[in-house]
Amino acid sequence: MSFAWAKPYEPKHPVMRWLDERLPLPRVVYGAIGGGYPVPRNLNYWWNFGVLAGIFLTIQIVTGIVLAMHFTASTDGAFNSVNQLIMRDVSAGWLLRYAHMNGASFFFLVTYIHIFRGLYYGSYKAPRELVWMLGLVIYLLMMATGFMGYVLPWGQMSYWGAQVITGFFSAFPLVGEPIRVWLLGGYAPDQAALTRFFSLHYLLPFVIAGVVILHIWALHIPGSSNPTGVDVKEERDTLPFHPFYTAKDGWFAAAVLLFYAIVTYYAPDYLGHPDNYIPANPLATPAHIVPEWYFWPFYAILRSFTVDFILEAKLWGVLAMFSSILLLFFLPWLDRSPVRSGSYRPVFKRFFWLLVADVVILGYIGGAPINAWRVAVGQIAAAYYFLHFLVILPLVARFETPLPLPTSISESVLHGEESEAAPAGKTQKRRGSAAAAR
Amino acid sequence: MGFIFAIPAAVLAFFARLGWVRGIALLVGAAFSFVLMVSLIGNAATYFSNPPAPLAADEFHKEPRHLALSSDGPFGKFDKQQIQRGFQVYSEVCSACHSLKLVSFRDLKGIGYNDAEIKKIASDWKTQVPSINPDTGEASTRKALPSDNFPAPFANEVAARAANNNALPPDLSLITKAREGGAAYVYSLLTGYANQPGYRNEKGEELLKAFPDAKTPPNLHFNPYFANLNIAMPPPLTTSGQVSYEDGTKPTVDQMARDVAAFLAWTAQPDLESRHAAGVAVVIFLLFASILGYLAYQQLWHDAKRVVRPTGALDPVNQAKTRRAKGKAGIVG
Repeated sequence: MSFAWAKPYEPKHPVMRWLDERLPLPRVVYGAIGGGYPVPRNLNYWWNFGVLAGIFLTIQIVTGIVLAMHFTASTDGAFNSVNQLIMRDVSAGWLLRYAHMNGASFFFLVTYIHIFRGLYYGSYKAPRELVWMLGLVIYLLMMATGFMGYVLPWGQMSYWGAQVITGFFSAFPLVGEPIRVWLLGGYAPDQAALTRFFSLHYLLPFVIAGVVILHIWALHIPGSSNPTGVDVKEERDTLPFHPFYTAKDGWFAAAVLLFYAIVTYYAPDYLGHPDNYIPANPLATPAHIVPEWYFWPFYAILRSFTVDFILEAKLWGVLAMFSSILLLFFLPWLDRSPVRSGSYRPVFKRFFWLLVADVVILGYIGGAPINAWRVAVGQIAAAYYFLHFLVILPLVARFETPLPLPTSISESVLHGEESEAAPAGKTQKRRGSAAAAR
Repeated sequence: MGFIFAIPAAVLAFFARLGWVRGIALLVGAAFSFVLMVSLIGNAATYFSNPPAPLAADEFHKEPRHLALSSDGPFGKFDKQQIQRGFQVYSEVCSACHSLKLVSFRDLKGIGYNDAEIKKIASDWKTQVPSINPDTGEASTRKALPSDNFPAPFANEVAARAANNNALPPDLSLITKAREGGAAYVYSLLTGYANQPGYRNEKGEELLKAFPDAKTPPNLHFNPYFANLNIAMPPPLTTSGQVSYEDGTKPTVDQMARDVAAFLAWTAQPDLESRHAAGVAVVIFLLFASILGYLAYQQLWHDAKRVVRPTGALDPVNQAKTRRAKGKAGIVG
């Protein structure tokens, strides 16, 4: 699709040829994730997390469909259908549920790593702006899906989380409260809210899958970026996705699934909150209402606005929280440095790691109970978050002197072995001589 | 007068050079940061002019004591004998007020009772199951069956509150998952009742001297393991021998508390043993899959690497290149 030397699909089996002439689906798959997609040969392990996100989306959809077969979307029945029927009576229901609960956490974890990889290596820059923006759409859909999924067991945190999050809308003057009531189907989370959250929680993952296809399609026009940020120029800069990157993704996926299995089997409730094992009670507010860990940084930004200043503090918080994500859509135009990769941007690199630390701090502040010093730290961290993207990045791009870039991907990784360099395909059968030459 | 216009003109020129997206971004970023700093200063002013008073619950609340159970750890299994003793404590003591709604009698098979015993436990249970009279259709009750969940001691929340000074005894099915600290919390709470007058924390501060207003109100009971220090539940386990164990274990208060905590750890996660067993198999499988996959990957990439080595921060040749480039660009460090 992307490069002149991309190998076209050549069906080997007559059945595949028959199919290919009528419906070229195998051709599409071959060009997308098979031998027909040339990928820069210098990708490091940070490039494995997109595939991992796809794996976790699949796990979520499969476990979710089976869980939905046993779930009762009613305020009387939801808690028991999860905590008795699924956890005790359905065969391996505990596994489905724990896999789904922790699958959500791992889905967000790998997606965050994927996003930060994009931030460091400038993957949002031309010509990949749409890849980046479609990725953000996926992320927003994930947040909506994750939030509504957490409401479904109808525990205390489900209920009060729904109360707080839909309450964001009431911060907007005049229209806010009617919108909130319309979204919830009532004045407080109740049967109407639970049923529609269930319906949407089932729908949105398939919307995500659709946008994932667009994300990959848009990616395949320019092809994957790489750690040098230098464009692919010739065939020796790339390797076919299959078998080289399927093998690399394969073993790494097994290793990440190993961690996922350890959490799912041995600490299944570690990432959750104990209060969600208490049935929802509209009359008893939990001491600390906190969302799931993957929303903590944004929750910290929300809570950092504590003083009314022209607008109400709550409205500032809600605006800032939405802005904190929406500003990422403008990133390709905020950071105008022509150099993509952070490895060649000495000033940018330092600010990048400061941002990572800042988001971790915001996460901690968002998850911990409020006290005076935590609020103060959260306010400074939230201010840095906005300054980083909205002020520092544009200015750094303007004033930074980047390091000299390698002239090509191959040059960046060749160590005086130019004489040996040859298209990858030609070296396939030279393993013996290559080993002898060492 | 020219300087009055020079400043805004310079600002405008700066924005023009920056571009409108970046110009607006700069303003938005500055606005959010400014409001955050207003909040920070406002909070600091309130904090120093009107410092928050310390709370008795913060200073005197205790974290749960350690409780070792045989189900702990990745290879942990239930101690069925201990859980059966815990079930006895639940049946004879806790079940007077606390329901166990998510657990059914047939689940007791998981802690070693056989079908006949379960049938007897169900039909002998002190509370019957709501039913209808098969002849008249009037509401009535019947004896519990193994397929029934444990019947609740009170018909509804109003009845439960009426019998307990307006406090609601929580359902215990998931209690060890629904409290920070789990089984250790249950054990600590049950053995943690203390005399409030003269009570001191680890630092040696006396509660009623530090917080004279924190005196436990009537009908509540002082217990430093409870979040707000005053719990409605009277001490349930008071004397050694309150239940008589058939297996000869001495029923001290501490022992009964440990046993019932173990029982409630089981009611909250009866899946634990199958989870641990399945986990071992899955972890071993994925470990082998990772290792084999890694070796396959290494072999496959051997030739590709032979032509062009993948880049890496730790590659000494790359590091030398970076140092040279930095030297040329005049960057230190």
